[in-house]
Amino acid sequence: MNHADLENIYAALARKIDEVGEAQSELFLAKLVLLLAHNNGDAEEVLECIDGASASLVTNN
Amino acid sequence: MRPNGRSENESLYFTYPHFDAPDPAERSKQKDVAPVAIVGAGPIGMTAALALAKEGIRSVVFDNKATFNDGSRAICVARPSYYILEQLGAVAPFLEKGLGWTTGRSFFRGEKILEFKMPDGPDEKFRPMYNLQQQYIEQFLWQAVEANDLIETRWQSEITGIEDTSDGARLNVQDPSGDYGFAAHWVLACDGARSQLRTMRGHRLKGENFEGRYVIADVQMDHDYPTIRRALFDPDSRPGGTVLIHKQPDNIWRIDYQLEDGESTEDALREEKVRESVTSVLKDIDYTGSWELEWWSVYSANTLAMDDYRDGRVFFVGDSAHIVPIFGVRGLNNGLADAANIGWKLGWVLNGKAGEALLDSYSPERRGATFDVFANASKSARFMTPNSHGWRLMRDATLSLALTHPFAGELANPRQMTAFTYSESPATLAEDPSFIGGPGVGALMPESQMDGDFLSDRLGKGFTALCFDEDLAQQIVTACASDNSLTVLSLAHPSAVSDKFAADARSVYLVRPDMHIAGRWHEATAEVVIEGYHSVTFRKGVL
Ligand SMILES: Cc1cc2nc3c(=O)[nH]c(=O)nc-3n(C[C@H](O)[C@H](O)[C@H](O)COP(=O)(O)OP(=O)(O)OC[C@H]3O[C@@H](n4cnc5c(N)ncnc54)[C@H](O)[C@@H]3O)c2cc1C
Repeated sequence: MNHADLENIYAALARKIDEVGEAQSELFLAKLVLLLAHNNGDAEEVLECIDGASASLVTNN
Repeated sequence: MRPNGRSENESLYFTYPHFDAPDPAERSKQKDVAPVAIVGAGPIGMTAALALAKEGIRSVVFDNKATFNDGSRAICVARPSYYILEQLGAVAPFLEKGLGWTTGRSFFRGEKILEFKMPDGPDEKFRPMYNLQQQYIEQFLWQAVEANDLIETRWQSEITGIEDTSDGARLNVQDPSGDYGFAAHWVLACDGARSQLRTMRGHRLKGENFEGRYVIADVQMDHDYPTIRRALFDPDSRPGGTVLIHKQPDNIWRIDYQLEDGESTEDALREEKVRESVTSVLKDIDYTGSWELEWWSVYSANTLAMDDYRDGRVFFVGDSAHIVPIFGVRGLNNGLADAANIGWKLGWVLNGKAGEALLDSYSPERRGATFDVFANASKSARFMTPNSHGWRLMRDATLSLALTHPFAGELANPRQMTAFTYSESPATLAEDPSFIGGPGVGALMPESQMDGDFLSDRLGKGFTALCFDEDLAQQIVTACASDNSLTVLSLAHPSAVSDKFAADARSVYLVRPDMHIAGRWHEATAEVVIEGYHSVTFRKGVL
């Protein structure tokens, strides 16, 4: 995936989150992760990503 | 604006000159006619005058003020602009005073999350960016303008009317001693964002009126930090907002912050309010020493441009033609490229070295560049100052991920300052599909270190043909014997340079006076190169 692809995905996600609305965005994102995990097919890799994404979460103050 | 008690031009570090209006007795002896009249002696008008003078064309510049623009305004001068200044013979003071930089650092809620570097290296003659206050930019350009016999500047002289004539335009000039008419064959409207010429000609800027407003404040302080652009995302000083910090010469620091939707501009611009905001930003960067407020202003992010930068014999150049958002630091850089573009083209036409049709390429080339700036700036703006839940969430997710995953940091990397590629212009040739790699048609020529100097140092004053074969170079020289506006360079093959250009021994690149590539041939002959040269200069007949 090149930089432009990544940028397009970034923009598509931002727009979709706005479209589904703040209240539903968590549900939307969780569904999206499940779909991507299913398509990816490598359980270990997905579990690694789950750890990776939860690392260094900065708490809102 | 300046602190209470200091006038508009009372700076902590810069002495604004005062320019008298033309002496009425002297002026009556001068001719009120010129090949080119330039309206506005801002950075763009002065650059345009120098670009014309480089081609030997005389111009008269009018400005309604008695000094330079107030305040530091545009402070980031990009690498392509340094090439323009160098070609105009004006770069020396810019190199001496400007602070070159390559690195940016981003902080998310106080934690450093990434560092980016703009492309740089031993093959580059200039740094990717230099920080320099706009009044120095104007002063250094003025030094070159004042020293140039081909340029006459009339300060305190406002253009109040324009009317077409059979061979140009007639301007109405108003100065302290009265009104007079001035005849010019061509007019460059470099009169800034509020261009009166644009209004007089019945045009307007079109596009989105983007709502972002930014306070830009300059402070003077002994702050020990290298010339690295810092971006503070969601800092304590402005929760949810973004702050940018730049170092400038003379211990001056630029602090930019966006105003929230609810904040009134008027209130945000009050001196106490600015001091308060600055104090809290300085706390974020752990600066505890003393500081002095130098100047502040508000800048709104717009994406506005004229439909056509040309109206008959009037060309709109710089802010008069377009207003670009603050992100990407293109306001000034984009205008300098406009000025260089129209300068060489009009110069070549007036010298009879190019057909008048060359001038038709100005607006499409520079409008293309403006829209490229818009696209990049809106991307940056959405990242720097997201204005909805979705964009903010994605931005925060990216910043958080960037701490551990470098790919995410790339998304936070501000678009680098590359020059626009004029690929679909009447003043460039069709691409040769047999090239695999190398700079494409319309791109700015890549720099390369030679033995002790740089490739750009060896370019001619006009067009340059880059050859990689001695015989072919000789054939082109022979074919254009009577034309001293085409320089032929013979470069080694194979070599680092030929690799960079993906060139075969028989390849040729034709480089325009503004260093953009006019055309390239993987397998060239002298005839095809000369034909291409004729075509992009719209010449008829023999050389
Ligand atoms: C407050 C402020 C902050 C800015 N901050 C940034 C920044 O941080 N980064 C950035 O990239 N850019 C910034 N800019 C934009 C940058 O300053 C401009 O892009 C740049 O000055 C454009 O130059 P110019 O020569 O086209 O226009 P100007 O600098 O506006 O020059 C136009 C000149 O024409 C003169 N003039 C106007 N009308 C007439 C007339 N009828 N007759 C004679 N003379 C006339 C004016 O007096 C002026 O001297 C800022 C601008 C402002 C105003």
